[in-house]
Amino acid sequence: MSATAIRKALDSPLAELLGPLSTLDAVVEANRCLYCYDAPCAQACPTHIDIPGFIRKIGQARPRDAARTILSENLLGATCSRVCPVQELCEGACVLGAAMKPISIGRLQRYATDSVQDDPTPLFSPVAPTGRRVAVVGAGPAGLSCAGELVRKGHHVEVFEKRDLGGGLSTFGIVTLREPIEVALAEVEFLRRLGVVIHTGRELGKDLSWDELEDRFDAVFLAVGLGKVPRLGIPGDDLVIDGLELVEAGKVDPVRVSVGHRVAVVGAGNTAIDCATVAKRLGAEEVTIVYRRSAAEMTAYPHEYEFAKAEGIGFRFLTQPVEVVSHAGAVRGLRCQVMTLGKNDASGRPEPTPVPGQQLLLEVDMVVAAIGQTKPSGAAVEGMNLDRGFIAVDAGFKTNRPKVFAGGDGIRSTGAASTVMAVQDGKLASRAIHLFLTEEVRRG
Amino acid sequence: MADLSINFAGIKSPNPFWLASAPPTNSGAQIHRAFEAGWGGAVWKTIGAPVLNISNRYGSWNLGGQKLLAINNIELISDRPQDVNLKEIAEVKRAWPDRAVIVSVMVESTREAWHDIVRKVEDTGADGFELNFGCPHGMSERGMGAAVGQVPEYCHQIVAWVKEAAKLPVIVKLTPNVASVVPPALAALAAGGDALALINTLNSVIGLDLTSLEFSPSIGGKGGHGGFAGPASKPIALHHLSSLGTDAGVRSYSRPISGMGGISTWQDAAEFLLLGSTSLQVCTAVMHHGYRIIADLCEGLSGWMDEQGFATVAEVTGKSLPKFSDFKDLDLSFRAVARINPASCIGCNLCYVACNDTAHQCIDLTRPSDGAILKPFSWSERSNGKAIVKDRPRPVVREADCVGCRLCFNVCPVDSCITMESVPSGRKPITWDELTKQRPEVAEWDGMARYRKEVGIEIH
Repeated sequence: MSATAIRKALDSPLAELLGPLSTLDAVVEANRCLYCYDAPCAQACPTHIDIPGFIRKIGQARPRDAARTILSENLLGATCSRVCPVQELCEGACVLGAAMKPISIGRLQRYATDSVQDDPTPLFSPVAPTGRRVAVVGAGPAGLSCAGELVRKGHHVEVFEKRDLGGGLSTFGIVTLREPIEVALAEVEFLRRLGVVIHTGRELGKDLSWDELEDRFDAVFLAVGLGKVPRLGIPGDDLVIDGLELVEAGKVDPVRVSVGHRVAVVGAGNTAIDCATVAKRLGAEEVTIVYRRSAAEMTAYPHEYEFAKAEGIGFRFLTQPVEVVSHAGAVRGLRCQVMTLGKNDASGRPEPTPVPGQQLLLEVDMVVAAIGQTKPSGAAVEGMNLDRGFIAVDAGFKTNRPKVFAGGDGIRSTGAASTVMAVQDGKLASRAIHLFLTEEVRRG
Repeated sequence: MADLSINFAGIKSPNPFWLASAPPTNSGAQIHRAFEAGWGGAVWKTIGAPVLNISNRYGSWNLGGQKLLAINNIELISDRPQDVNLKEIAEVKRAWPDRAVIVSVMVESTREAWHDIVRKVEDTGADGFELNFGCPHGMSERGMGAAVGQVPEYCHQIVAWVKEAAKLPVIVKLTPNVASVVPPALAALAAGGDALALINTLNSVIGLDLTSLEFSPSIGGKGGHGGFAGPASKPIALHHLSSLGTDAGVRSYSRPISGMGGISTWQDAAEFLLLGSTSLQVCTAVMHHGYRIIADLCEGLSGWMDEQGFATVAEVTGKSLPKFSDFKDLDLSFRAVARINPASCIGCNLCYVACNDTAHQCIDLTRPSDGAILKPFSWSERSNGKAIVKDRPRPVVREADCVGCRLCFNVCPVDSCITMESVPSGRKPITWDELTKQRPEVAEWDGMARYRKEVGIEIH
């Protein structure tokens, strides 16, 4: 990084929150690790990285070996080290957590993966080509993970990505505070160096057809993710900003993003908190998260909630937007209905019901929606069995379409979607695809 | 408050802590500061034969981020002009009449040389001598230091020469680089030595530089062995110390011992006292952290003595020696088993892997919810999240198979989580010495097998 670039990064209100660990910091922290056997952190990690193993290597001044240990289980270890909710996963399971501070596993992992970020020397030994060809649709975490794992088995893999950059949500959907775009793009380059062929600007249903995929490849892995943030479905919602687009703009072009003075963010997941943080840091005077249930039902992680409060973001619970009030195309306010919690609904959470006659008007000039993403649609789901709108797969990630497998957020009909879960999907699916390809060879 | 003052072969000091003869006692200015900090005494860095020192004299053994678990050195005896040392010794003693000022000496092995140094030191007003028979590097190549300490006859000869001339108490400092320190100790005492001190440093190669492939430290590309000291040397020092305290010959002289070798904390100090030391010498811990550590050494020792009901250092000295035993006199019927307290177990499984790989395979991984015994790593690849800790298998000792080896106890990172519990073995107490007298046939496997069957010892 040039001096100017560093200056720029430090000046930006959205710059990465945590700096890298110094070598001394990393080694001292590594030496605090007890090196548990069959460690709970490794089970709690969705990709089951040998965490004590890589930490011991950092303690022995071998960050590169540590990176190899990490990437052997999780090819997107650099992103995961930054974006994983470690409090809920590895660090939340650390045996030292109860009596003292858990080991800073995420930051140690970042220290190790940073050490090889731009290193052109291969980390893994090359394998003999099998001659089998796999297409991956979508260059997000699931697609890249699956592609990389298959390349490591000797298969020829081509990834088709509709955007002009690979990385998926790592590149476009994670706030810079947690992961700068450079890290996501370096990870894409690492996969290219590993041997994955990545075509950007190719979209299934537009300039890429199912026929081409099925003709040219022995197997297909669909990792198309989810769509935009859905509309709020209230009057005036055409003036509402898509939260993911706000995060993306803050990442790709932070200088040009403009936010209102008083911003309402609808939704209470982790993306809502990201949106609120971006708005606040880019100059909004007042940012309020509006949520129809209470704090206890929020899907945001507890540490994210605490972070948002520390950022000065306000929360208005039991408040349901009913109308975006505007004048001459400019947002003037968000009219809301006050709610109360009733009996549990189908999701197992108390159902919010309106309190008759109680409405309020939030005086805001910008409304952002972060209420999840739309289900996969279009050519990607053509002829596909769906499960509650998500692509249906069996235990081996196989869809109903012959030789087509799927994984990532697009199949996550239950449970929380996250980068690390998508990476694990890609890895597990790669094994199923490898088995499928090698069985096919044996059958002749 | 316990009385920490001591009288060591007539040398008095307000507390038992003396700085050992080493770099911390190289000059009068240093010792002034050490006495200001509260040290009870100082053994002046060895004066005697002329030397030249070199650079890169200290090496360190580090582990897991902990520096100076041991230091190794190739520094020789004092390289300062002898008249400067003697003048400063006199000044220090005049300024600090209540502190012990002892002068370590080492000269070539002639009667005249030893008589000469004895006279010079006695003129300073110092409290006593320490004869350096232990320096394992450099000086030993010139026939001094450990070259003397390793040969009882030489020890005897030189102590006798010193005693011919000396009026002050003579402490003989022994080298640990011998199979047993008892023969040189007996020789020194027989020649009239007033006290013993141990240990000097151990022979060692502290490490190599893995880039240059040279010795560490490297002296212009070369290196070699040096004297090893510091925390890691403590168990060896305690062994040599107890071997003196339990030897009837040595005990018959009733001479005090100044103990040293890795004393860093008050706990270390207490152990050296319990195994027979009257005074305690410290070097590496001071070289690591400075003279200031005297405060916690004194406070810790004093507090512990109060808790234990010891009023004076003399009451502590040698208190644990009666509990020393050779293996042949230990009770073979004593049985202990490990117990893991589930309430304090943090689930690191270090006991499990240690027992299973390297001990006696008697710890099971047991699932709390249903008591099922699981193999390690038997969780599903699809499991994840911190909630998994609730039903992680926990180590449980299979007591019937536990031989009581105590490895798990030693590797457990949580104090008092694993305890070694004495349990009845159902056998009458018997030592190996008694057994081999009563049943000489146990020296052969057939006889041993019959004995084991008879008393119900089953080893699989």
